[in-house]
Amino acid sequence: MATLYLQDIRKSFGPTQVLHGVSLDVADGEMIVIVGASGCGKSTLLRIVAGLETQTSGQVVIGGQDVSGLEPADRDVAMVFQNYALYPHMSVFGNMAYGLKIRGVPKAEIERRVKEAAELLGIGALLERRPRQLSGGQRQRVAMGRAIVREPKLFLFDEPLSNLDAKLRVQMRAEIRRLQRRLGVTSLFVTHDQVEAMTLGDRLVVMHGGHAAQIATPMEIWAKPADTYVAGFIGSPAMNFLRGTLSHGGVVATLPGGVSVPLPGRAGADGNEVLIGIRPEHLRPGVGGLSPVIELVEPLGSESVLHGRLPDGSPLTARLPGAVHPEGALALTLPPESLHVFDAGSGKRIEAVA
Amino acid sequence: MDLAEKTRRRRRREAVVTHLCLILGVLIFAFPIYLTIIGSTHDVNTIGRGDVPMVPGGEAVANYTQAWEAGGGRYMGTPAGRMLANSLVMALLIAFGKIAISLTSAYAVVFFRFPGRMVCFWLIFITLMLPVEVRIIPTFQVMVDLQLINTMTGLVVPLIASATATLLFRQFFLTIPDEYVEAAKIDGAGPLRFFRDVVLPLSVTNVAALFVILFIYGWNQYLWPLLIVNDRSLETIVVGLTKMIGGGDSQNEWNVIMATAVYALLPPVAVVLLMQRWFVKGLTETEK
Repeated sequence: MATLYLQDIRKSFGPTQVLHGVSLDVADGEMIVIVGASGCGKSTLLRIVAGLETQTSGQVVIGGQDVSGLEPADRDVAMVFQNYALYPHMSVFGNMAYGLKIRGVPKAEIERRVKEAAELLGIGALLERRPRQLSGGQRQRVAMGRAIVREPKLFLFDEPLSNLDAKLRVQMRAEIRRLQRRLGVTSLFVTHDQVEAMTLGDRLVVMHGGHAAQIATPMEIWAKPADTYVAGFIGSPAMNFLRGTLSHGGVVATLPGGVSVPLPGRAGADGNEVLIGIRPEHLRPGVGGLSPVIELVEPLGSESVLHGRLPDGSPLTARLPGAVHPEGALALTLPPESLHVFDAGSGKRIEAVA
Repeated sequence: MDLAEKTRRRRRREAVVTHLCLILGVLIFAFPIYLTIIGSTHDVNTIGRGDVPMVPGGEAVANYTQAWEAGGGRYMGTPAGRMLANSLVMALLIAFGKIAISLTSAYAVVFFRFPGRMVCFWLIFITLMLPVEVRIIPTFQVMVDLQLINTMTGLVVPLIASATATLLFRQFFLTIPDEYVEAAKIDGAGPLRFFRDVVLPLSVTNVAALFVILFIYGWNQYLWPLLIVNDRSLETIVVGLTKMIGGGDSQNEWNVIMATAVYALLPPVAVVLLMQRWFVKGLTETEK
């Protein structure tokens, strides 16, 4: 158990720079989820922490010790791989014991730790089996067990749930979270799945193009996304963006169709171009706002997702309660308190000034 | 009804034709071996007359004993027991030597990044294109210089380097997922440890399959042993067998020669039979 501190990690593969300086401060026992689309550098970051890749510049500090130049084995970290990487010729016991065996832990101690971890994960009856005789979920548990028995300073998860089917994924997700809380081991968890990220992490790191776009708690990221990328990435269906121009001293945005949208506060000087973001679930039926034409209704039971187009042709998604909604013209209002305002040029969030 | 009858007939016809072809093939392959075995059970005069009997004779024990203890042929050469031992040692050393060398060199080429890695790989690869016969005279000269003529070392060492086996293992190693390497790194296993604990166990079936091929390759070596060995006590059975057959009008002891040939046949057959399961496994599946 330890803290983790990353200072301005940069990484280039030849001329291509994939990490543009990521800094992160992880508290003891914290679960950090690194989330982003593929190619954003999230796996590279994790592998740098593990020591499987060497950063071009920057520092990795685990438990107060600079491990930047150390081999993976000397960093005292354990990693769960996407395909689990269980040695196929070893039994479950052999797989879990291997790291301890190499470190010269006494036999009795190995036995005790493996048994304990196996009980914790509910795979106590499988210790003699080979990995190929296990189901996906069981393999996943063995991979977790291999990490747990090491009692490392840091758990590193590299998309460990993406090879499981949907139902099992939800179940394992909860299990990983419970286990991590119980063991209190500082963890980094890489995923491309935003639901996984929201439910697992104490804090999220949203990666975009080699930058950490935002580092915050899941709710904070949802409520106050730092830029349009984060806003569009977190939340499902994705946030709607409307282009507008500020007027009335910066408290109202005028949309291209001439609709005026009151903002929660002053967002800048008159004439500034802004992007107004509103989550589909925050749109409410009512006159005085947008008037899209609904083209597709997806009933989900207790609520429905409505896909439509605004008069100027831009798409709009709304999530409304109730299962029955007609297609065709609809009037929606924009509650000012649920609006997010972003700079149209940089995409950065503009905090309302009251 | 009529149609069903037709189908049945066609099936039977197909079965008969395929079986006839197979039986014909088996006969063509098996007949020389049958002849050898029959020949080894008659006395020298019966075969010497020129008509080869098709049924076993009563001299089997005498022929096999003579071949094993004294040898036969013009020179009353080396006993088959001795030659079998020589061949066995040579074939085993070649097979194990080749496997050891190619495993380690393939491991180096696949799992390590060092300057000149691809150069090494290509150098190994290029030697594939040079058959042993092309470099046999220079190799002989080297062995003379090293005073390894008439030694087991001289017999075995030049045959050990194996580009084919190295390539085979390289291809296999390339299929081992990177994650195993990384998991081992995090587990703290060094390169040698990883080789012993992960790569070697995963390669077992491949090693077994290759062992069969290489053992037979070693066993059947003819040209090189013929050149490098003229000491009777180091004679291998394949070379010894041909030396037993005289040219011209000399009288060959065909019965003893046949018996020796049967001896020469037995070890490779035994290896194939014993290793068959592994052999097929190694060629068709990998434990992943």
